[in-house]
Amino acid sequence: METITKFKSIFYGVPMAGWLLGAFTAVMLEYFLGDPISYLFDLPKIPVLFGALFVLKHPLMIPSIIGYDIVIYILPILLVAKITAPLTNALASVLEKTPLWLSTIIHLCLFYGIIDTWSGINDYRLLVVKLTMISIILTVSLNVINGYQGEFSCSHPGFMALGAYASSTITLLFFANDKIFGAALLPAAWGPWAFPFAIIAGGAVAAIGSLVVAIPSFRTRGDYLAIISLAFMFIVKSAIENMEIIGGPRGMSSQPNYASLPVVFFWTIVCIWTIHNFVTSVMGKTLNAVRDNEPAADSMTVNTRKTKMTAFMFGAFWAGVAGGLFAHVLRYVNPSTFGLQKLAEILAMVYFGGLNSIYGSIVGAVSINVLGEALRPLELFKWIVIPLILILVMIFRPYGLISFTEINMKKMLRPKNK
Amino acid sequence: MPPLLSVKAMTHYFGGLCAVKNYNLTIKPGQIIGLIGPNGAGKTTIFNLITGVHTPTEGTIELEGRDIVGMKTHKIASLGLGRTFQNLLLWRHMNVLDHVRIAHYSQLKYGLFGAFFGSPRRKSQEAEIEENSHRLMKLFNIDQFADQTVVNLPYGAQRRVEMARAMATRPKILFLDEPTAGMTPDELVHMVKIIRQVHEDFGVAIFLIEHRMKFVMELCEYVQTLVFGEIIAEGPPEEIQHNPDVIEAYLGKEDLT
Repeated sequence: METITKFKSIFYGVPMAGWLLGAFTAVMLEYFLGDPISYLFDLPKIPVLFGALFVLKHPLMIPSIIGYDIVIYILPILLVAKITAPLTNALASVLEKTPLWLSTIIHLCLFYGIIDTWSGINDYRLLVVKLTMISIILTVSLNVINGYQGEFSCSHPGFMALGAYASSTITLLFFANDKIFGAALLPAAWGPWAFPFAIIAGGAVAAIGSLVVAIPSFRTRGDYLAIISLAFMFIVKSAIENMEIIGGPRGMSSQPNYASLPVVFFWTIVCIWTIHNFVTSVMGKTLNAVRDNEPAADSMTVNTRKTKMTAFMFGAFWAGVAGGLFAHVLRYVNPSTFGLQKLAEILAMVYFGGLNSIYGSIVGAVSINVLGEALRPLELFKWIVIPLILILVMIFRPYGLISFTEINMKKMLRPKNK
Repeated sequence: MPPLLSVKAMTHYFGGLCAVKNYNLTIKPGQIIGLIGPNGAGKTTIFNLITGVHTPTEGTIELEGRDIVGMKTHKIASLGLGRTFQNLLLWRHMNVLDHVRIAHYSQLKYGLFGAFFGSPRRKSQEAEIEENSHRLMKLFNIDQFADQTVVNLPYGAQRRVEMARAMATRPKILFLDEPTAGMTPDELVHMVKIIRQVHEDFGVAIFLIEHRMKFVMELCEYVQTLVFGEIIAEGPPEEIQHNPDVIEAYLGKEDLT
């Protein structure tokens, strides 16, 4: 234990910028030298998810995978972070004097550089990164309803389906030649510019759909509302299955390839930003007040109905956005995607990560997604391991890993040399 | 002076049970009025009827000449009726500062989009609210707990959080439902001081439910006695104290003095 503490203490003086720089060096190293180094370790190619997939299939390769990870990731990150610490601390103190948004954007650009380079190695990584970011949107937005507002809503896949179908309909109708809607109505070159509007329209449709759950929530809570929301999810699913005009059970395919990594990244950041803004404002805090004690909130001038409606519509809006992005990432949607399995996944991410915390939701979404991908070779056993982890988390941390904590950008980005 | 609040001939039935019968009340600006009565007399029901939690079966309630019967609770609260609760209704996951901040809800000037995108107006107003909250917390002597979760606070401090929260809604009349329930004698003395101070500093009228005669006698200028939903006596405290009906309702028929 002592050696670990000592080892950690070496890195106390490294600011966020230092870690990002270290990670950037590591992914650059992999980008240019990944192939030769992987041959050096007797690996057939660059291991996709830090070798997790590969190891489960070939347990004998564990030493070479560990060696590869150390040489490519761990050593460069630690070394660069430590060596450049004086430099990055100086940078961080310069940035501390600039407005917070500027310094945040600079850090985000660096972060984007990292994931762009990392996911540039192969398409599988790219898909995992995109789907993880979509999961982050879903988790953070469900946390608004289930965590901050304290209802147990099960209709998130339904909202997602509404968003996915609404935005797909727009892009297919106007910008793509496909089987359902025929030839494109507008030149395809306009498509990428219209895509944000299609996504927002998807979100708006989901937000309007959420009223079906929000209005009953004025009178019922808890288990009963959970059942209503579950019913809503099934209504959406079977409605889509029975509407031949949007493909019925066969779904919609050949969406244009608009959801590139920067687009998905942009929407994820906007989602986190607006939700963070909302839940830290006095207006957003009323969500917690309604959750913890509704009569008290009412007597303290809080308009509880408006608050509930806002929570549902806002959460559903982002679920719709996530659905729209999801449809354009996979370029195929069908109604059976938005069923109980999806619901279980999203709920697991929210409750694993932590209620009432955006930070926790991000951690939950990333860890469940990456874990799900990494354990893929276990096939059926994956669905034993992941729920087991969930049960353990619930026993030891009933509100999830990181609950009731807000992101504090200023604290996160400040220099660490003082 | 026109009355701040006037309740006329208010009657309320829960099913077939008559909870409040022909209740009248007039509160003038700056008055402190007490409502006493044995358990189950319907005191809290009267609070709930006036603050809009229940709608009275009959009768009128006017706040500054405005009819508030049937209005939503939050609307009535934002018109100037602040209240505390008998059994502490605090928001258990929240810290003290947030409690006081949220009570500023009706004074918010920014809309939803301001909240989503962090408009400059939101920033300036939230700074104002925070400053005002700290002032209120200092007044109620809870500023040292500002970032602590309320459930970890001692009982007396929780009561004061409720009062600070109610004052943040900028009430014209403050309804206190048993403000000293479960308090030690020391805390009681402190509470009298606080209520006096609130009354003087903010110039609010106060309407309070209380069981402890001493407390009522010290604070109130007018006392009503409620028994089984009916007012049996009202007047200045000295008068009520010696009223045989009140003594009977509280202590029974036998002469115990």
